[in-house]
Amino acid sequence: MADLAAVMPGERRQLPALRMGAETLVLILLAVFVTAMSIAPLTRLVLAALAPEGVPDLSHAWDVLARPKVFRAALNSLHVALLSTVFAVAVGGFAAILTVHCSMRLKAIWVFGFVLPLMIPPQVTALAWVQAFSPTSPVLGLLGLALTPGSRHPLFSSWGIVLLLGVYNAPLVFLTVRAALHRVPADLSEAARAAGAGRMRVICTILLPLARSGILAGAAIAFVSAIGNFGIQAMLGIPARFPTLITLVYQTLNSYGPAALSDMALLSLLLSLITVCGIAVANWLGRRGDLRVEGLGRPAEIDLGGARRWVEAGAWLYLITTLLLPLSALFATSLVKGFGQELTWATVTLENYASALIRQASIRDAFATSFVLTIAAVLILGVVSLFLAYFLSWRRGPVVRALQMAAELSYVLPGIVLGVAMILFFLKPLPLVGVSIYGTVWIILAAYLSNFLALALRPLLGGFAQVDRALEDAARVAGAGFLQRMRDIVMPLLAPAMVAGGIIVFMSALNEIQVSILLVSSSARTIGPMIVFLEEGGSSTLAAAVGCLMVLIVLLLMSVTSLFSSRLPKGALPWLD
Amino acid sequence: MASISLESVSKAYARKRVLAEVSLDVAEGEFVAILGPSGCGKTTMLRLIAGFEQLDAGAIRFGREQVASPGRSVPPEKRNVGIVFQNYALWPHMSVADNVGYALKVAGVSPGERRRRSVEALATVDMDMLADRSPADLSGGQRQRVALARCLAARPSVMLLDEPLANLDVHLRAAMEREFSAFHRRTGATMIYITHDQSEAMALADRIAVMDAGRIVQFARPRDLYREPGSEMVARFIGNGLVLPVSDLRADARPGHVEVDVFGRRHAVRARRGQAPAAAARLSVHPDDLVLASDEAGGFDAEVERITYRGSHIEVHFRPRRAPDLSLSLHAPHDRAIEPGARISVRVGDGWVLPDAA
Ligand SMILES: Nc1ncnc2c1ncn2[C@@H]1O[C@H](COP(=O)(O)OP(=O)(O)OP(=O)(O)O)[C@@H](O)[C@H]1O
Ligand SMILES: [Mg+2]
Repeated sequence: MADLAAVMPGERRQLPALRMGAETLVLILLAVFVTAMSIAPLTRLVLAALAPEGVPDLSHAWDVLARPKVFRAALNSLHVALLSTVFAVAVGGFAAILTVHCSMRLKAIWVFGFVLPLMIPPQVTALAWVQAFSPTSPVLGLLGLALTPGSRHPLFSSWGIVLLLGVYNAPLVFLTVRAALHRVPADLSEAARAAGAGRMRVICTILLPLARSGILAGAAIAFVSAIGNFGIQAMLGIPARFPTLITLVYQTLNSYGPAALSDMALLSLLLSLITVCGIAVANWLGRRGDLRVEGLGRPAEIDLGGARRWVEAGAWLYLITTLLLPLSALFATSLVKGFGQELTWATVTLENYASALIRQASIRDAFATSFVLTIAAVLILGVVSLFLAYFLSWRRGPVVRALQMAAELSYVLPGIVLGVAMILFFLKPLPLVGVSIYGTVWIILAAYLSNFLALALRPLLGGFAQVDRALEDAARVAGAGFLQRMRDIVMPLLAPAMVAGGIIVFMSALNEIQVSILLVSSSARTIGPMIVFLEEGGSSTLAAAVGCLMVLIVLLLMSVTSLFSSRLPKGALPWLD
Repeated sequence: MASISLESVSKAYARKRVLAEVSLDVAEGEFVAILGPSGCGKTTMLRLIAGFEQLDAGAIRFGREQVASPGRSVPPEKRNVGIVFQNYALWPHMSVADNVGYALKVAGVSPGERRRRSVEALATVDMDMLADRSPADLSGGQRQRVALARCLAARPSVMLLDEPLANLDVHLRAAMEREFSAFHRRTGATMIYITHDQSEAMALADRIAVMDAGRIVQFARPRDLYREPGSEMVARFIGNGLVLPVSDLRADARPGHVEVDVFGRRHAVRARRGQAPAAAARLSVHPDDLVLASDEAGGFDAEVERITYRGSHIEVHFRPRRAPDLSLSLHAPHDRAIEPGARISVRVGDGWVLPDAA
């Protein structure tokens, strides 16, 4: 055989010189993108935590983590995250059973109201609750329920944080449990009814066990979301002197500046560890004895009978206290000159809105910056996630899988951890350009791209799963090259999924606070942290006006998307049933 | 148009061998059908020819040009092949005419010329009136026609069809079969046509390649495949074939014929020229080749097991007395009154001694 090869040297020339196709080039660009945005910063974070001087130094790590202050903060974080998860699972699970299996009047409106808190920035929610239950509350005051002046605010406590985190995360659990319940075939509960089981028994012995994996997945999401929720923990925890890991990171940067970066890296690593452990435990529980049932069609109907009126009343009361009351308090505060002032025809003023939109340049600029950054993130992530989802769905290999894992990691880790990683990675001047992007809008954009890539990716992966790959093969045999196929065939087919992903990224980036809170500077501010700064600075009425404006934007966006919901992939947007 | 040749092509997915040293030569303008049980590697072979998969060993040539060898492969978009997919794969966001004209657009043909040639291709399948419809508004048969026209408009050197009629109902299949046949005559395209359906393959193809477990077991004209199967697998696979054990094979006076003992009766059957005498052999027959003998001496003894009414004839399931575990069947006219349990005498009208077992 060796001789044969020797006498046929011509065969060699048939091998092509390494010519890089567009496909390879795009893959390389994707790898560079994800590496620069996620992998490198997170690696840098781990290095800064465990080897601050370039050599592994665990004693330093131990010194920092063993401080009583850190230990207490970690315990506090776990405390609020776990308790709020229990709350969210109870409320979200109950709401899911109620809306899927029970006949309830005005169900669609109730679902919209129940999911709405998820779309409102958490710091706005916190502000609204604080104002609703403050001793000088304009709304409770009208009802004659105001708390005694001078007493400590009831929400500035660990219970306040637990309550608000629970209310904020209940819709997350609701969405996953609802999806799980929809998959339970009706005949399973009907068989149980036929066997003589009553309503409660069917729920407890049939529906809940079969929806278990959905409940646990919802619990994991709620836990991760609670641990990383900066808005609520900061707005309530800092005045309550109840430090959690996330507020500790924030206060460390505020008090010591970038000099304390290696300490912050350690705290972030601890925070990440807790997050990952939470997910791992939920996964492990979910996998034990997982019963997979798949059914389509209508879910089983549970007749509430005489209890219906009471259940409905309770459900609406929940919405009134958790949504209407806080939001109306927020609105009322935004209409008066000074916090605590009574809202009457004489005191009502649009002064705060005028300040927010026109007079105060810093707020106006923050709105503009947020809009520009958000739109940039939506556009860039749209293109990146289209290509990444293409490779993940149709050209799966180890490289793209690693990229997907990196994207997922940047998404589940608390935003503040990502912020620390971004500072660490981008603090030094960039090569070639020679300037550092720290303190500019660019670092915030980079953090958005890192954090929200997984969000943009999800609807697209779902979309690709529904497209027949032969459509692309057919374009290939028609002679179309890679980029041409992407433009002519793949992109038009996946446009709805891309739009859905874009809307979700838009909402998340506009509402976020935890990613940019560490990255904002006097020259680059986003709107999310603005509320915290205003509230900290004592301008509660102005903060309320900004909060109302943000809620308005969210509501506008939700109603606009509802208009063309039939064109969007089903189930891609949480507020559309 | 071009000839296609596969030379000892092998392909494995994760160590699992899917194609094992497959060689196939398709002449220019020939219509070849690939027939075989599910999972035998038909689609894989087609995708290798199209260039969607890379081969592990061997080579593929179109005409004189080598398009694939290990480590070197012309990508599908450069091979100038046309494919008709089982589920049509029409692009839902383009009109019928845009679907058909896409390859021309990619090739840089001007819009006017593109439109003219698309409509022309659509006219050959009688679809030119529906050029501006969306594919979603067409019936299954119409979609298949558009897929055919799309393939045609690109003027490919080779046309590949993967079970193109599998999703259509029986009546439409017959109509589309005629369509394909006429289409092939008109265009003279080299076509490779995968199907599960033997009658479809027999009706359309110049030659049929029968595949089994990643190999081509026989490549022959339909008539030869039916009358002279090369192996027991082919004999059983084609036309509900039966294989009978026979003994005492001796030469017959006529060339190409031998005399064998079938369940105790002597019969003259066909065999390879130069078939050597043997003590035992296997005989390939079809239900139509077995006939009821009018008298007991004419054939071998058998007992009727059950009767199935088939409209044009009745199907008689029976077991030979000499080999009661063997269940066979034959076709009989209606006028014979036969009851289950009855004794009959069966004669082998025509049969073929399988060469490999001899
Ligand atoms: N991408 C793949 N990865 C792993 N195995 C594969 C892949 N594609 C096909 N196979 C395996 O290769 C074998 C041949 O598949 P192929 O699709 O060619 O069969 P086929 O003859 O077309 O079958 P059918 O008539 O059912 O369409 C099967 O066992 C299949 O499981
Ligand atoms: Mg196949």
